[in-house]
Amino acid sequence: MSEPASAPRSTTLREVHEKAGATLVDFAGWLMPLRYGSETAEHKAVREAAGLFDLSHMGEIRLTGPQAADALDHALVGYLSRVKVGRARYTMITDEDGGVLDDLIVYRLGEEEYLVVANAANVPVVASALAERASGFDTEVADESADHALIALQGPRAVDVLAPLTDANLDDIRYYAGYEHTVAGEPVLLARTGYTGEDGFEIFLNPATKAPKVWEALMAEGERHGLVPAGLSARDTLRMEAGMPLYGQELTAELTPFDAGLGRVVKFDKGDFVGRAALEEASRTSRPRRLIGLLARGRRPLRGGQDVLRDDAVVGTTTSGAPSPTLGRPIAMAYVDGDLDTSTGTFTVDVRGRAEDVDVVELPFYKRQP
Amino acid sequence: MSVPTELGYTAKHEWVVIEDGIATVGITSFAAEALGDIVYVETPEAGSEVSAGEPCGEVESTKSVSDIYSPVNGEVVEVNEALEDEPESVNSEPFGAGWLFRVRVSEEPSDLLSAEEYTKLTEGEE
Repeated sequence: MSEPASAPRSTTLREVHEKAGATLVDFAGWLMPLRYGSETAEHKAVREAAGLFDLSHMGEIRLTGPQAADALDHALVGYLSRVKVGRARYTMITDEDGGVLDDLIVYRLGEEEYLVVANAANVPVVASALAERASGFDTEVADESADHALIALQGPRAVDVLAPLTDANLDDIRYYAGYEHTVAGEPVLLARTGYTGEDGFEIFLNPATKAPKVWEALMAEGERHGLVPAGLSARDTLRMEAGMPLYGQELTAELTPFDAGLGRVVKFDKGDFVGRAALEEASRTSRPRRLIGLLARGRRPLRGGQDVLRDDAVVGTTTSGAPSPTLGRPIAMAYVDGDLDTSTGTFTVDVRGRAEDVDVVELPFYKRQP
Repeated sequence: MSVPTELGYTAKHEWVVIEDGIATVGITSFAAEALGDIVYVETPEAGSEVSAGEPCGEVESTKSVSDIYSPVNGEVVEVNEALEDEPESVNSEPFGAGWLFRVRVSEEPSDLLSAEEYTKLTEGEE
């Protein structure tokens, strides 16, 4: 193994993870829990009970000021000024050429206040792009990533775990909404969002030093509900089953949102914005790829970056793949041409030189029962 | 971590025990723990020749693919068919039910590590 350029940063929960026996790995410059014991057991706990994730590596960038909304309409592809206070939106930031720099969740905290949540690896790019793009607007852009911890509580029992610990009436917090509340006596931004395909909450803490107290309180309350700490490995298989894209896998700077089949996040019914010309062109000319699901017939895991073949001709590439704990078989997501007829032919994936039989299935692989 | 003293080891984290010219090969509990949940094992085929130090199969976990290196020269005479349905036994019993394959050795290996030597090696990697 090669030495990293610099030592990875630790979250405020590192000691808590070490005490819980976590395997810690360098992820996007952060020392993060990969798993605590069996990642398969963690995955199943999130599907059947609840899991607790440390996501403090994610970035938080705050915009405040009379023109914060206008600045975001200009900087991002979404129509953020239209978002109501207390609600959140999934959106993207692209470069002038329309290439995706990151996918984001943006919370509108007030008329003049937004919190932009970026992927850890992209925080420097997103923070500097936002600062630059907002420079002509009456708004302040502050990268508060270092001040924040983020804990995600996910799973069907998340409500039961959280309810006794918060002043919020959880029934009032809809999916993709977030408000200031308290958890374990600490003021937090409490959002009903997640990346697992389950009901759940994301808890933003500032300062980050409050995280161990809130984590321990949730674990103590959650024990009787089957709550377990869960690492990045489970997080990845959970989001894959839920058909959710991951930046660097399904989304890259080489793809526009239209190429990725996610053109719906681009809103042209607003003023000028960075990437608009290129994206209008892409909306007309891009042969949108289609993200499809592949379910292996055998047990050999599928991985990202493998050729997808129909009747022995390459028709696409996998972007992510893993054994699915819920389905008990390997799954993968793959890009194919948008007009490819996937209803006929024999599909295989080239797994290091050997063709593995797969079936094309609708995404997501897993959808929770309402 | 358990490292049975009666076995021989390689620096690539295989264990081997030779009885009556037949070597039984597996991966160590150190390796299994480092890999995470093992979900698929590709063993060499029975009847094939394997060479010491050469890759002859794969162990896959949720997040990784690792080569299996044969600790010995010889012909594969048996593979652990049970791993097809229960690859997780490599995690639960790496030195027992999780064995990988058996080889009729063509020459006795001379470069295996003792349990003590192997333990020292893994301490360096932790």
